[in-house]
Amino acid sequence: MSNTKSLLTIKDLHASVEEKQIIKGLSLDIKPGEVHAIMGPNGAGKSTLGYVLSGRDGYHVESGSVTLNGDDLLAMETEERARAGLFLAFQYPVEIPGVSNLEFLKAAVDAQRQARGEDSITSADFLKEAKAACKQVNLPVSFLKRGVNEGFSGGEKKRNELMQMLLLKPKLCILDETDSGLDIDALQVVAEGVNSQRSDDRSFIVVTHYQRLLDYIKPDFVHVLSGGKIVKSGDASLALELEAQGYAWLQNEPAEDELEG
Amino acid sequence: MTEQIDKALAREYEAGFVSNVESETFMPGLDEDVIRRISAMKNEPEWMLEWRLSAFREWLEMDEPDWALVDYPKIDFQSISYYSAPKSMKDKPKSLDEVDPELLRTYEKLGIPLIEQQMLAGVAVDAVFDSVSVVTTFREKLEEAGVIFCSISEALHKYPDLVRKYIGSVVPKKDNYYAALNCAVFTDGSFVYIPKGTRCPMELSTYFRINEQNTGQFERTLIVADEGSHVSYLEGCTAPQRDENQLHAAVVELVALDNAEIKYSTVQNWYPGDENGKGGIYNFVTKRGICHTNAKISWTQVETGSSVTWKYPSCILKGDNSVGEFYSVALTRGRQQADTGTKMIHLGKNTKSTIISKGISAGRSNNSYRGLVRMNPGAQGARNYTQCDSLLIGDQCGAHTFPYVESRNPSAIVEHEATTSKVSDEQLFLCRQRGLDPEKAVSMIVNGFCKEVFKELPMEFAVEAGKLLEISLEGSVG
Ligand SMILES: Nc1ncnc2c1ncn2[C@@H]1O[C@H](COP(=O)(O)OP(=O)(O)OP(=O)(O)O)[C@@H](O)[C@H]1O
Ligand SMILES: [Mg+2]
Repeated sequence: MSNTKSLLTIKDLHASVEEKQIIKGLSLDIKPGEVHAIMGPNGAGKSTLGYVLSGRDGYHVESGSVTLNGDDLLAMETEERARAGLFLAFQYPVEIPGVSNLEFLKAAVDAQRQARGEDSITSADFLKEAKAACKQVNLPVSFLKRGVNEGFSGGEKKRNELMQMLLLKPKLCILDETDSGLDIDALQVVAEGVNSQRSDDRSFIVVTHYQRLLDYIKPDFVHVLSGGKIVKSGDASLALELEAQGYAWLQNEPAEDELEG
Repeated sequence: MTEQIDKALAREYEAGFVSNVESETFMPGLDEDVIRRISAMKNEPEWMLEWRLSAFREWLEMDEPDWALVDYPKIDFQSISYYSAPKSMKDKPKSLDEVDPELLRTYEKLGIPLIEQQMLAGVAVDAVFDSVSVVTTFREKLEEAGVIFCSISEALHKYPDLVRKYIGSVVPKKDNYYAALNCAVFTDGSFVYIPKGTRCPMELSTYFRINEQNTGQFERTLIVADEGSHVSYLEGCTAPQRDENQLHAAVVELVALDNAEIKYSTVQNWYPGDENGKGGIYNFVTKRGICHTNAKISWTQVETGSSVTWKYPSCILKGDNSVGEFYSVALTRGRQQADTGTKMIHLGKNTKSTIISKGISAGRSNNSYRGLVRMNPGAQGARNYTQCDSLLIGDQCGAHTFPYVESRNPSAIVEHEATTSKVSDEQLFLCRQRGLDPEKAVSMIVNGFCKEVFKELPMEFAVEAGKLLEISLEGSVG
């Protein structure tokens, strides 16, 4: 174990939505520069974890603690968490009709700059960066003018999420199944996008069902989330093992309340 | 979320200040004598007085309409004052230097500087304060082009024939209850005449301000675009924050002669009343235009104010190939009630109309679209397209759509689309996750929803409208 300071520390987190407990004692420690893959069966709570960390309304933390860069993440508003460098690429990106991607992203970038005490970016500079980001994720520049996710195909939405990440330059990127629904080429584009952003001061949580993605994005750790907690952690080889054997062998001890329905 | 929205919507009305201007105001009450006095104050020709009196007699016989989806206590027309003018206007100032500085300050505070050097380049303004027109700017430049832009009182003296020919020609005296009342007691407003083949060299704009308490504002606007001419006209309005309701019953008439085009834009921000529905303006307005052959009239409105709005800017498409358009954004919050829409009356062949209505409801407000599309037997090949979208913020507000279609010509085509959506939790979450605060997020989502209408506004106004929406929604989610 290195003794660098952690970027994200989750301790014994319990969280619920609609009175239903989903996260049941989850702990995780992420250091700057690390890539953690989270795998696990449908309904395990992977997306819920992303929502809880980013402070979505309706997701209640019952106990436990989370710090980002040493600060109490759970005490911050959703937008403050974003400004502190937390980014969530959505599993199902939502449309905002009539609001252009460009306008939306510039407002987001400016809000984050403002929070750091910086001036707004000039429109010309932003356009340049945005065009470059489009190119990197292989979206035509015309997508900047279209409404946010408005009429985008599934794969285009995912690439659009990645483009937002490129422009916002977060510290902690949570990618929730950014690889699902992508064709082979797009998968590579996404992987390259992520790899290009890997650096000593940026960490990733990559939620995926497919070991395939991890061929391109080499994770430092792989965790299995099941029944609201991490039931196994390992290095990249764990993903291969899961691919071969599924999750059943990890689930011999189901939590009691799961039996009650 | 609803709680946060409510909290957020409880923001102050920025134009709510009262100006300390000495005024000459009639005692409340309405009878023939009051009408004679209004007419005398304005030194009107005899025919005008007769016209007013006959309208008044018609009005006495009429009933207040009750079909709109709005609910307000019965108005006591005897408790309203029908004339109020700043004292300093008694001898009407001839130039800006003579205008009461307090009046100039009022408009400056509202963001409408009347000093020409400071004004938006290329926008001529007629400022109407309570019952009278205070000043009209850029007159010389307009005169060079032959454009007449002045208060209607002044037009009655200088261009009586034009006024007499067109006043009441689009909205007849007894068209409806409020229009009849307006005919009887209207005090001022703007008059525009664009000569044949002339493109008005700048945007024309009237800014209405109600200041005095217990005063009704009854202005009248008449715009005549002669053959082949073109004009873009903007209208803005605000009022101080007062606990009593105030009545605003305006009439706007547009005449687009052959091949002429009139674009009429409104940003209405009358005081909407407080969160509990106390105070605010009753906005009962009749706006109608007539299009002759190949002419086009386009109404664009952004309605964010008033406690009760009753307003249907309409087009009579009389001439063949004429075009009518209606683009509307109506935002209601708190206890506001809006019943607004349009009427497109297709008389001529191949006439075309487009209706795009965007209603946004927040708080405990009610927002209704009411529209009539009528295809008369002569409207061979006429077409209408109507799109009616409602956006709900929170779950205590209401949105309603009342589209009426009367088609008496089988070759006419009428299309109607309607949607209702909500500012969803997902959308808000996405915005906030990217770092936007909730207020900015809501105003951005709402602006996006209104895009099709905003793009119809003249540039300066589009920016204003966006800001107004942002202000109106400030804190709408927290
Ligand atoms: N609003 C809600 N109300 C009730 N249950 C919910 C709600 N949101 C999530 N859940 C439940 O929480 C559990 C975890 O859901 P979550 O979306 O986090 O799973 P996941 O691990 O991301 O699954 P997948 O791999 O299918 O994306 C599921 O059983 C889901 O039905
Ligand atoms: Mg999921």
